[in-house]
Amino acid sequence: MTGCHQKWNAERALATIRGLADVPGALLPVLHALHTDYGHVPDEAVPLIARSLRLSEAEVHGVISFYHDFRRTPPPAHTIRVCRAEACQSMGCEAVFQHLDGSTGPDLAVETVYCLGNCALAPAAMVDSDLVGRFSIAKADRALAELGARP
Amino acid sequence: MKVYVPRDAAALSVGAEAVARAIARLGPDAEIVRTGSRGMFWLEPLVEIETPAGRVGYGPVEPETVSSIFDGTHPNALGLVEDLPYLKNQERVTFVRCGVTDPLSIADYRAHGGFRGLETARNMAPAAIVEAVLQSGLRGRGGAGFPCGIKWRTVLNEPADQKYIVCNADEGDSGNYADRMLMEGDPFLLIEGMIIAGLAVGANQGYIYVRSEYPHAFRTLNDAVAIARDAGYLQGFDIDVRLGAGAYICGEETALLESLEGRRGQVRPKPPLPAISGLFGKPTVVNNVLTLAAVPTILDKGAEFYRDLGMGRSRGTLAIQLAGNVKHAGLVEKAFGITLREAIYDFGGGTASGRPLRAVQVGGPLGAYFPESLLDTPLDYEAFAARKGMLGHGGVVVFDDTVDLARQARFAMEFCAIESCGKCTPCRVGSTRGVETIDKIIGTHEPAKNLELLRDLCDLMVDGSLCAMGGLTPYPVLSALQHFPEDFAR
Repeated sequence: MTGCHQKWNAERALATIRGLADVPGALLPVLHALHTDYGHVPDEAVPLIARSLRLSEAEVHGVISFYHDFRRTPPPAHTIRVCRAEACQSMGCEAVFQHLDGSTGPDLAVETVYCLGNCALAPAAMVDSDLVGRFSIAKADRALAELGARP
Repeated sequence: MKVYVPRDAAALSVGAEAVARAIARLGPDAEIVRTGSRGMFWLEPLVEIETPAGRVGYGPVEPETVSSIFDGTHPNALGLVEDLPYLKNQERVTFVRCGVTDPLSIADYRAHGGFRGLETARNMAPAAIVEAVLQSGLRGRGGAGFPCGIKWRTVLNEPADQKYIVCNADEGDSGNYADRMLMEGDPFLLIEGMIIAGLAVGANQGYIYVRSEYPHAFRTLNDAVAIARDAGYLQGFDIDVRLGAGAYICGEETALLESLEGRRGQVRPKPPLPAISGLFGKPTVVNNVLTLAAVPTILDKGAEFYRDLGMGRSRGTLAIQLAGNVKHAGLVEKAFGITLREAIYDFGGGTASGRPLRAVQVGGPLGAYFPESLLDTPLDYEAFAARKGMLGHGGVVVFDDTVDLARQARFAMEFCAIESCGKCTPCRVGSTRGVETIDKIIGTHEPAKNLELLRDLCDLMVDGSLCAMGGLTPYPVLSALQHFPEDFAR
């Protein structure tokens, strides 16, 4: 997933930001666009965003830190997000999460998410960008092997 | 030969893509149509083949067993899909096309009754459209159940140079997936509903705010909006699809508006109501996906058709979403009024684990936990409120007897602490104090005193919170205490 992320390029980032600056309520679309390009919001981007959208840097920081999705650091190569909300709890997501939790390493993040809308096929998980239903310890192990992630 | 394979995210999560590829490989003359889901998720991937008698189904299908669907020897043959009792016993009004049509084909949409409501609305005065919605008895499907027509009338009567229609597609409640299914399975219905809403109140711009946990729905909506725009349906009323960023609170309408404006998703005090001063300070209709998706039917078939379904003040149909530990988990669209027991047993077939059912949480993480003895409660807003519960968006999460309700109560407070927007103290601080207090009770540290403290804290959160997040978090906590006290004394 991260393989397609670009190296920081201030000029290109500024073009991305300016391209969206006239959209009403532009900040979230801008942050999403930077995430698509860089996998996170680099520190260098914050003053560029603030200037282009006529906001203070504090306001931009405030928005980035409010939303769970926005990261300030590059993500690991792979991410497994396990749903730990009620419907998945009722089908034993905790055991799968605990099983995977120890696998977090430089190449892999194991994260909690609250609801992927797959509550009829609980437990649910998102392995990189693939939604997985009936996520079990066996499926988790298979995912780890396929991702080739170093624990 | 036409073969139908869902492209709904849930179907994909159990291998529908590999099945579609296997069908293309093994049946070169098969014309594959990708649809939404019928909502019978235990049968996914559900493959349907067109025959002179109707569509026959096979499910679940694995890529390895695809060849046997062509000669009819597949072990999971289901016969005519429309004759399956699970579907036959429903009243599909909003979800009538879901799983049937290609969600991105306007021709398909029209052939199955699409855009008829819009054609009717185009020949009506704005006030007449609002009146039809009012007469239908449609209430907001997002959870609050506010009469839709009254909201629309307020926006219509508010003089302004700019008005907005905002679709709340931030379906974050666990156990709820009907919005996602509809956006992926029949997006033109939502678009049609929004265009009608624009005509009714005089708005020329719409926004759909979709949660980022729904990437499939986001893509499908973007494609559908582009197709509708190319086909000329969005002249005079345009729609922009926006992506949330993982904040549960943005399902609250004022937090959603803040987020759309590019700010932290913090709740605004009301008044002013969004209908008076909403997005960018302009009069704004904020409606849930299923509220807007009900509107085309009301215009097409008449307010009476819709109003004649349901019970009491809950009119029309409810998308019941059976979820969690239930054998036949899926979407059941029924007129309001069937009981929780009928939904869970007649449709759902009881628990998936086969163990006894112990608790049911209806209405998402802010909904109450009901015991077996309350299963005869009809699915109706007032009936749930009378039992200190909440029907919410219609999600039903089933738990078997391995559930520990003290842990569930603790989770309710923990979830509130994680997702609180921080604007008001009862929610921001109360939730953290709630987790600590429940920990003391579970750890048998002065349990009697701490139980009293927890009840007091819940009262304060209900009375003092700015929005439903802090105000309703006590529901799962207090219901667990009331119906399952033994779990707090282990």
